[in-house]
Formats: sequence, structure tokens, C-alpha cells
Amino acid sequence: MKISFALNGRPRTVDVEPATLVAELLRENLNLTGTHVGCDTSQCGACVVLFNGEAVKSCTLLAPMLDGGTLTTIEGLSGPGGSNALHPMQQAFHENHGLQCGFCTPGMVMTAVALTAKNPAPTEAEVRHSLEGNICRCTGYQNIVASVLAGAAAMNAPAIGE
Amino acid sequence: MSNIIGIGAAPRRKEDFRFLTGRGNYVADVKRADMTFGVFIRSQHGHAVIRGIDRTAALAMPGVEAVLTGDDVAADGLGSLPCGWGIHGSDGLPMKEPAFPMLAQGKVRFVGDMVAFVIADTLELARAAAEAVVIDYDVLPAVVGVLEAVRPGAPQLFDDVPNNLCCDWELGDKAAVTTAFRKAAHVARLSLVNNRLIGNPMEPRAAIAEYNGGTGHYTLWTTSQFPHVVRFLMSALVLKIPEQKVRVVAPDVGGGFGVKQFHYGEEAVITWAAKRVGRPVKWVADRSEGFVSDRHGRDHVTEAELALDENGKFLALKVVTLANMGGYLSTFGPNIPTNLYGPLLGGVYTTPAIYCNVKVVFTNTVPVDAYRGAGRPEATFVVERLVDVAAKEMGIDRVELRRRNIIPKEAYPYQTPVLVEYDSGDPMGCLEGALVAADVAGFAERKTASERDGKFRGLGYSTYVEACGLAPSRFAGRLGARGGLYESATVRVHPTGQVTVLIGTHNHGQGHETTFAQIVSEKLGVAFDNVDIVFGDTDRVQFGMGTYGSRSLVVGGAALSKASDKVVVKGKKIAAHLLEASEQDIQFEAGVFSVAGTDRSKTFQEIAGAAYVPHDYPLEILEPGLEEQAYYDPVNFTYPGGCHIAEVEIDPETGIVTLEKYTAVDDVGTVINPMIVEGQLHGGIVQGVGQALYENAVYDDVSGQLLSGSFMDYTMPRADHLPNMTIKTHSTLCTHTPMGVKGCGEVGTIGSPAAVINSVVDALSHLGVMHVDMPATPNRIWRVIQNAAMPQAAE
Repeated sequence: MKISFALNGRPRTVDVEPATLVAELLRENLNLTGTHVGCDTSQCGACVVLFNGEAVKSCTLLAPMLDGGTLTTIEGLSGPGGSNALHPMQQAFHENHGLQCGFCTPGMVMTAVALTAKNPAPTEAEVRHSLEGNICRCTGYQNIVASVLAGAAAMNAPAIGE
Repeated sequence: MSNIIGIGAAPRRKEDFRFLTGRGNYVADVKRADMTFGVFIRSQHGHAVIRGIDRTAALAMPGVEAVLTGDDVAADGLGSLPCGWGIHGSDGLPMKEPAFPMLAQGKVRFVGDMVAFVIADTLELARAAAEAVVIDYDVLPAVVGVLEAVRPGAPQLFDDVPNNLCCDWELGDKAAVTTAFRKAAHVARLSLVNNRLIGNPMEPRAAIAEYNGGTGHYTLWTTSQFPHVVRFLMSALVLKIPEQKVRVVAPDVGGGFGVKQFHYGEEAVITWAAKRVGRPVKWVADRSEGFVSDRHGRDHVTEAELALDENGKFLALKVVTLANMGGYLSTFGPNIPTNLYGPLLGGVYTTPAIYCNVKVVFTNTVPVDAYRGAGRPEATFVVERLVDVAAKEMGIDRVELRRRNIIPKEAYPYQTPVLVEYDSGDPMGCLEGALVAADVAGFAERKTASERDGKFRGLGYSTYVEACGLAPSRFAGRLGARGGLYESATVRVHPTGQVTVLIGTHNHGQGHETTFAQIVSEKLGVAFDNVDIVFGDTDRVQFGMGTYGSRSLVVGGAALSKASDKVVVKGKKIAAHLLEASEQDIQFEAGVFSVAGTDRSKTFQEIAGAAYVPHDYPLEILEPGLEEQAYYDPVNFTYPGGCHIAEVEIDPETGIVTLEKYTAVDDVGTVINPMIVEGQLHGGIVQGVGQALYENAVYDDVSGQLLSGSFMDYTMPRADHLPNMTIKTHSTLCTHTPMGVKGCGEVGTIGSPAAVINSVVDALSHLGVMHVDMPATPNRIWRVIQNAAMPQAAE
């Protein structure tokens, strides 16, 4: 079936088997391999994307559900292709050593962006609670939590000249 | 040159950008033209005889390329999966080493054992075809626990391994220990279980192989921590194909923790299959598949006894352990509970006599091998738990008892009674530092506050040491290693003066691209941004043993340091010629070659340019080019260690243990990048906290089914389980590594389980609790509290 949706800010129409999971659509059909698959029970959160602004595990969405909606993946978060401009949340993860092997990172960053949209100044406890659905095996979470707090602060800081 | 970022600085990581923007290149991201997809059919039974495999229906499905079984493996004359260590028992005989076939031959020995490999045009089709393969099993009784496996009458995994006993191994002076126990004023005894763990790096294992019929070359992309070792073992011993025609690529790998440091059967099957079907073959494990096929860790049952004199001085330690090997010997399997366990039982103490006996046992479970820490967390747990038991029984304060037995700083180098000689360390300094950092002085007040809320609060210590930087080849060879354990590095200086490093270690989260660039930046005076680190490709990197055992910086970094020194030596010769001076008069500092006592100099960049444009160059004595290689084989292990202090609060109503505070003061030698070291400590500690409080691989002891086979059943530590940790270093320098480094990848995991359980037992000590096995789940703790004699009400 044909579905149309906004993918990383651009209109997109794809022909897809109805039983395709969004994680699979992104990785196998659209070659957007930044969204990772770390489990088969919707527990790990490596595949989190923003669907209509909400953080969603893309292994829990079927492709037809995208029709008419807006999808943002990790590839759509930074500046345009070839640009080295990082989103403030990505920059915060870099500054605070919020990643090691990088596998859980896209899901962590997308979850953090969604959290900050809803709660611009989260506490440490709120950040830890909001990351409950994302597993990281490398960092012990401490620097991820620090990154999210710093990223939230940066996203809310007035731009220079404002 | 500007932008030199050297040793001790904390630049942000070079590798971050691709991961933060979704541009990492993991094996599952790799696609090849005309690729097929493979699915492994795995045993559903813990123990069974395969009576027959009917693949007719599967092969009749259009788009199915092949269904390969153990019969095909045998028909092609392929080898079985090699074990890299051959240990010997106390009887002097070699361990029992039954074949580990890459696809089962006649029998399956654990749930997850590979029976067949199905290859088709699409993944869906391969899955459907796998369902259509009919396997006729005769199911046998399974045995999953070590105590049951060695009992008379237990199911036997192998006809030629009586009592499932792989090896009865020992270390130490049994007679001296027996004598010491006779003189003891007190003997502390402890029975404990070191729970089985599943490493679960977030990236599931995956592999793709392709075969070029024109050249006879194979390429294998695999989620590996040691691609060169995979190439050697697979080509020379399993598939028997020319090593030089095999390229193994381990690109970005999403965490390893040991789980990816073995040569897995999947790698060999897929490489073999790619040639047979003449098309690339891709396989990506589901997480559920990983649970029953990634090598597991730990799984010990131990009886330990510590003899003390009337003043609490340790006289002798005796440890008897049954270690679970699972269904077959994996790459490092028998080495872990023996050579990486017994020699660590000295801990940081002056215990003069130690005896250790380990029975290495086969069971119908996933093969057990190295998982972060590998043997050393198990040893530390035994020692540190036993010290607390002895303190309690003798009425000596836990910290005081440690102080009386800790090896003083001035006693280093210190020869232990169990093979290893610690070159340097200051465990007392770490302990004293941790007491302050953890605010132990304020604990009583915090405990009172908890009690006011109806909670129990406990404090737990772990003063520990580990042996890492694997390993001195000669030493390892005496212990049974069948390979070397050195590392290699090439420093390739380009005509621009920019540098590419080719190194045999593998970066899968440890930040090598940053740390190693700092070493080169410091040693050659080259800008940090002008150094790239290449790893993980046998066609690019000369050779290497890979990353495990906290060896990358200690052994690989040492090779890199040596290769960099060789570049400077050659650079000085070129500079002497260009500056018309004697080589002895050339100095090199911060990227500038100069003649001592003059203002004449050449930059590193100018020297590199001259090496590649040798118009004015001493060609009669020196080759053009500027590229040096070094292999480094360490002379000893390194011995990082430290003191960890955990503080927990327990809710007696629910049994929930909350980790309230965690403090680590560690000696990791020279710190190259403190940000990265702290990150390694965080992650390592939380894996140890996971073992202590959450994680447990549980098998059904009748069927051999893995009951904790998903993230729904196997509890991974999550962000809301944990507090922020306090990490400090108290370093003494390693005396034998070039930069004084000791390694930091595993220390966190080694020190933490004992600290956490000691704090849990402390919180419950008023109930008379002397020990709690891991993991300290709410269920277990609630039962412990219910079963204990409740104390008299205070008011």
C-alpha cells in the first residue's frame, strides 16, 4: 500500500507491505539506519523516533499508521545533510560524554528531545524516570542524565541577540 | 604546533559525531548487492539426540537457497570451534575438550545450540522456511546446575567426559593452608553462589559474509571485539581456507563486554555458506536469540574459608568452587574460572597461604565465557564477603580488619602466594580516600534518618585489586594459552604531517579514537585533530589481538607509544641531515626538531615532507617515508584496584533495595583522558550493581529452558534504579608499562558486586543476617527479612 507522511521535514510517499514495522521501514526500505533495533520485546528504546512530536518506539508502529503524520528520526535532528550543526540535545550528549558505543544513543536523544518539549526544565529525577524505557549498557546513565539536563537548559536558553 | 591535546586532558570524543547523527556503521547497517538472509534453527531442547532432519519442504519453497546442517559440515570436512586455552588438572592431565561443532552433530546440548542454517532471498522467507524444516529429536534429561551435574547418575553430556567434569584444577600450597588452619584462632566460612549473567550489549550480534569467486577472497563483517583472531581461528582451524584470502571487518560495534570476544559458530557458518550459495549472506540476531546464544558469564558455586589469628591477621584462605562451563568450551571458557580467578584470591591482603580448587563442569546451558571482569569479580566477591563475615564473627570493625591486613604501599612490588606479583599500588590510600569521599562519618546520622522512616540502611566496602592488561604471552603460555597476547600499532605519518594510526585493538565504546589520538598528539606534537585511529579491519590493520581484559590502552597503547617513539628516532635522523648536525644533538619537543643550543629547527611537518620528497635526504643510510610499527608484549599484568563504598536503603515492607550512594576511589595508573576513565567507571560499576541487585540468568532445571530469556524477564539496570556516583582516582604508576597506565575497563564491575552486597548484609545485620546471595531482588530480601528473627521493638 502507498502511504504519505512527512519524514525529517520532507514529504515522502512510499509503497510498503502493511505489516511492515516503522523501524524496519526506516532501516530496510529507506536506508535510515540511525534508528536501531536492540530487542524484540519493545523494551530497549534504541528505535525511538518522534511521531507527531511524541517519542515512540518505532518497533511498536506499523507503517500504515504513519500516513498523514510527521516522523522525525535521528538523521533529521541535526542540520541539513553535510552540515555539522548538531541539535542542542546532540551537542549536550557530546559535551557531557553521554554516549559510549553509540547504539542506544539515537533513542536516548529522541526521548530526551520529546521530554524537553513537554517539560522544559526537568529535574534529575524526572529525567531518570523519563529514560526508564531506554536501556544503555555502557554509561551507567549518569552522563546521559547530565546530558539531558544540559540539553534541556540549552534548548531553553535564549538565542544570542534575542 | 597548535591544538596539541595530550595525556591528562579531557577533549570531547572524536567518535561522537557519527553516532549522534545516526551515521554509525554497525554490521546490521551493512547491505550488499544480491544479498540473501539467513536464519539459524536452534535447539528448543536442553539435551536431545537428533534422529533426523527433513529439509524437503523448506528446500521446495521458491527463493530458498539452502538449508545447511551438521551433515553438510561433516561432508565438507570442516573443523570444530577451537578453545584458545588448554588448562591442566591437579592430576597433571589436560582438560577434557570435546568437539564444539559449528552446527550440531548428532546431539544438542543446550537450548539455543545451532542445528541448521536456512538461507533465502528475504528474511521473511528464511523464517518461513525454517518453520518448514522438521527435526526429529529424542529428548534426554537435562542438567543445568553444577552441583547436580557432578552427582552420580546425572545426565551425561559427552560419552567421554565422566561426571561432566572438564577439569579439576588447583592452585596454591594446600599443605601450607592446612597447617595454617590448624593454628587459626578463628575460621570464617561462607557458602555462596555467583549468579549467571547475560552480557547483553545493546547491539545484538550480526554477521554478513561474501565470497568473490574471481579471486577466492572472503569478506566477513562481524560484531567482534577481535577481528584478527576471528580471521585466524576461522580460516586456519575451522574452515581451513587461506588466511590471506579472508578479510574480517568489525566496523562500529555496539558494546561488547566480552560477549563479542569469542569466535562464534555463526561467523564460520555464514562465511562457509556465502561460498556455497555464491551470494552474500546476512544474519542479524534477535535479542531473544542473543539470550540463548551469546556466551553467558559467572555461574559459580563456592565454599570458602578464611583462617585468622587472634588479632585478625589473615593466615590462610581456602576456596573450593564449581564453575559452570555450559554445553561446550567457548574460546576462553576454561581460562576464566581458573587462571583469572585463583590468582586474584590474594586480593589486597597479605594472606600468606592460599589454596584454590576449581571443578570446571559441563551442563546443558549456553557456554559460559568471559563477561566484563571475567573471573576477577568472582574472586573479589569471595574475598570481600569473607572479610566482612570474619569481621562480624570476631567483633572487629570491617574497616579496621581491612587495615590490619592490607598490603602497605611500601611493600610493593608484592609477590602473592598465587602466582602474580603486584608491581605497584596503594590500597590503603584508596580506602582512606573513599572513607572521606563517601562521608562515612555521616553514615550514622543517615541511618538514623532511615530508621525514622521505617527503613534499614547499610554501608558496604570492597577493597580490591584485579589483574588486567592481558597479557604477558610467556606467562599466559605457561598457564595454557594457545596464542600470544601482545598488541601491534602502526603510526603512518602522511606527507602533510597528519597521522593515521592502525591498531589491533577494537573500539566499541571505550573512546580509543580519542585516547589514542591524545597519545600521538603528545608524543609527536601533532594536532589532536590531525590524528585518525583505524581499527577493526584485517585488510587495513596489520595484526592485533583485539579488545578485552582491559588491555587496549595497557598493551595497545604501549605498542602505539613504542611506534611513536620510533617515528621520533627516524625523524631525528632526517632532521640531523637537514640541519647539518649530529643526530645526538637533535632534540624533539612539542612537534619541533631542533639542534641543542641553537635556534636552528624543523617542524614535524617539515620532516614528514622531507621523508616523502627526499630530494635533500640521507638516502644512503635511510629509507624514504615515515611510518613505523611496533609490537608490544607486556612483561607483567597490570593491577588496578581501589576501594568502593556502597550505601543502600531497604524497605522492609517490600524488600526493595535502593542504592542511595556509591563512591569509588580507584588506582588505574596514569589517566590519559579523565572524562573517558570516569565514563568507564560509571558503566562498569552499574554492570556490577546489576549483578548484585537485578540480573540473573535462570534455567528450568528439568527442561533446561532459559526462563529469563528477554528484557521482560532479565532485569537490566535502568536510569531510575540508580543514583549519581562519586568517582575519584588515587593513582600509583604502573612500573612496567610505557606510560604508567593500568587499565580501567573492568575495575568498576570487579569492585562493585561485593560493595553492594556487603551494604545489603550490613543493612540486615541487626536481624542476624550473615549473607545474601545475588541478586538481592525484592522477593529474596523480603523473604530474608520474614525468615529472620524480628528484633525487639526499640520503643
